[in-house]
Amino acid sequence: MTILSAKHVTKRFGGLVAVNDVSVEIAEQSIFSVIGPNGAGKTTFFNCITGFYTPEEGDIIFRGEHIRGIPADHITRQGISRTYQNIRLFANMTAIENILVGQEPQLKSHWLGAIFNTPGTRREEEYAHKEARRMLRFVSLRGMGDHLAKNLPYGAQRRLEIARALASRPKLLLLDEPTAGMNPNETAEMTDFIKMIRDELGITILLIEHDMRVVMGISDWITVLDYGAKIAEGNPEEIRRNPRVIEAYLGTGAAGLAKPA
Amino acid sequence: MKAQTFDVKSVFKLGGLGGFTLLYLSLVGLVSNFVTRDVISKTMSLSFAFVIITTFLFGYLTARRTSRRNWFYAVGGGVMSGAIGIACLIILVLLTAPLNLQAVFVNASPALIKVLTFGKEPFTAGLLPLTGWAVVSSLTGAMVYMLPPNIRRAVIAGVVAVIAIGTLAQLLSDVVENIFALLGNKRASGALLKIFFAKKGLSVSGAAIIFVLTILVSAFSAWRKQIVAAKEQSGAAQTQTPKEIKIAVWIVSLLVILLLPNIFGSYLSEIVVTVAIYTLMGFGLNIVVGFAGLLDLGYVAFFAIGAYTMALLTSNQMGQTTELVNTGLSFWAALPISIGVAVLWGIILGVPVLRMRGDYLAIVTLGFGEIIRVLALSNFLQPKIGGAQGILGIAKPVVFGYELVSSQQLYYLVVAAALLAAYVSWRMRDSRAGRSWMAMREDEDVAEAMGINLIKTKLLAFATGAAFSGFAGAIFAAKLGSIYPASFNLLVSINVLSLIIVGGIGSLPGVVIGAVALVGLPELLREFSEFRMLIFGALLVGMMLFKPEGFWPAAAQKRELHEFESEEVEAHPASEAA
Repeated sequence: MTILSAKHVTKRFGGLVAVNDVSVEIAEQSIFSVIGPNGAGKTTFFNCITGFYTPEEGDIIFRGEHIRGIPADHITRQGISRTYQNIRLFANMTAIENILVGQEPQLKSHWLGAIFNTPGTRREEEYAHKEARRMLRFVSLRGMGDHLAKNLPYGAQRRLEIARALASRPKLLLLDEPTAGMNPNETAEMTDFIKMIRDELGITILLIEHDMRVVMGISDWITVLDYGAKIAEGNPEEIRRNPRVIEAYLGTGAAGLAKPA
Repeated sequence: MKAQTFDVKSVFKLGGLGGFTLLYLSLVGLVSNFVTRDVISKTMSLSFAFVIITTFLFGYLTARRTSRRNWFYAVGGGVMSGAIGIACLIILVLLTAPLNLQAVFVNASPALIKVLTFGKEPFTAGLLPLTGWAVVSSLTGAMVYMLPPNIRRAVIAGVVAVIAIGTLAQLLSDVVENIFALLGNKRASGALLKIFFAKKGLSVSGAAIIFVLTILVSAFSAWRKQIVAAKEQSGAAQTQTPKEIKIAVWIVSLLVILLLPNIFGSYLSEIVVTVAIYTLMGFGLNIVVGFAGLLDLGYVAFFAIGAYTMALLTSNQMGQTTELVNTGLSFWAALPISIGVAVLWGIILGVPVLRMRGDYLAIVTLGFGEIIRVLALSNFLQPKIGGAQGILGIAKPVVFGYELVSSQQLYYLVVAAALLAAYVSWRMRDSRAGRSWMAMREDEDVAEAMGINLIKTKLLAFATGAAFSGFAGAIFAAKLGSIYPASFNLLVSINVLSLIIVGGIGSLPGVVIGAVALVGLPELLREFSEFRMLIFGALLVGMMLFKPEGFWPAAAQKRELHEFESEEVEAHPASEAA
């Protein structure tokens, strides 16, 4: 089953074509990676899916609904959630508040209910807090909930950002370089954690990643972008052997040197 | 190690800085203008207090740099910095005669010389005692620094208490008198007042008693804090305040709130009402700027709209001054309309600026504030809202047949409104709406990506802010009975913004503290009115340098803790068993 399909998506900034006619089909409950050299348009592609940018051409269909051009908050409510390459937590809010904000699509209470402290609002708040604490434990940040997000260590911030994204109960989770800046140990942990999200929560994962060990280790399917265009796609084994990918990463001439592993 | 040498450089630096401060205080006139104003009756005038406090402070600061836990260094540093400081002042005194400094510095007057030299003839004879006092006070400052931290804090609290109470002696003695009048015991009040207060300022005995009492109270509270901390460390049961005490505290504070106008008398009540109106506005702007992060510099607009709506609806002189007719509504009927109109304008302003951020938003709102003021003043609208002549004859609020006219009566209305605003702010802050505001403040793009509807969230912030401001405006109009466009200038916006920044942006107690500090204190210190803006500016600069987060910064809410604690307690026996 396809959960998200992008068809001929093109995004331009003036004369620059950041994403050029990219089509992907993401299977449900898969881990789908987008790789490519710096500036290949991976994050722009993410931004097109999450509604931060509206692509000039093409179509994006999420679970049977056209979502191109819909405001970002509506897209989140439909079940797409994301993290950022350079961590973008709500720095001056506590960890648990960050997760509570992430739950926004789940919450229905009205501000009037908050002022008059109605039973319904109280129940929802209690439930939300309970869920947030559960989520905190899920990303093993138990006991850190009342720290300001900016005071958390780097690895914890990464995990908190994922917890915040998961709090909206997405069907599709977009992770933008989740292991950036991590040491091999932390990277291995994060890789296991991503796998666990897919296996335990059944969430489809769309991943941008530079660390090839991570990508090759957990991806079911990989798409390679270069200069905004898709140059290859396939399972890790196929991508590893693809001469065009090697060329994009290492430059012309390198393709001949590389031996198939 | 370098730590063992005496830090001469710091001594000269701080001494020089102290000298500069003394010169500054003298030349702006703070020293010469308050000779007749006694802090402690016949012993220390406010003028002299400025000199003493400055040298004390710089003695203290010097000791902090030079002492290295060595009494000799501390004392040496303190005395030297005091001497350097006062040398600057002496040079000024000596220079005034031959140079006619007064041509440039108005306050370098014979009066200043007289203060600084204790009126001695010839004035050079007075320089010796001046030096003596300065050195002694800076020495005291240095020695206070060397005291153990708890005692040091207590002594400083004592000094501050004496100076503060001494400066406000007149008002405070009235307050004491009013309290005893309430209790129906005039004779006791007379006796008590005699002990503490002289004709001007504190009496010597009063100053001594206050000094000692403050030290005792401060030491006691420090000691108690230590015990509580020790108990918590040893893992003893949570020290919770008993329920009875909590209830008692509530009852007492409620009584104080109810009786305050009687205790304070009319003058102080007037100040409290002004502070409360600003507090009400502060709560509103705190939502817009503090919670939602939308920098609004035209906040006075909603205050004006609330006030004008109230005025137009309730004035009994509309027929005389304008083309409109009297609607003759009561205050209570007009109040919801005033707030509603303010909210409507909040939304009307909100819609076009939805896509704006930061500086751009500030400029647009600034313009909006000015537009409203200019419209109110314009000839174009004069037939409707009176132009520069304003609107007169605005109805007073009537409660159960009583008309609230004086500040002592209006106090209840204003305080109730401020409490309501505080309650609403508090409830909303800890709700879904509050979290959305803060998320938007932290990162608008991410907030939207989290599913927050920015349009709704922003408009809710603008509308709530406008509602509080309109409420304040309506009360303001009713309080004065007449309003003029001049009351709604940019300075009001700036004041409200300053007070929430000084209090601690996003913090609810901070709003009250900011309003008291920036609106209440200047009113209390009427005598300083000439120096008001000077002190105001210095306070803001100092605060931004030393305490940029405000006097009472917004604390992170504890949300995880509760459940976490109970789990921990359950976990303990198990781990012990293992």
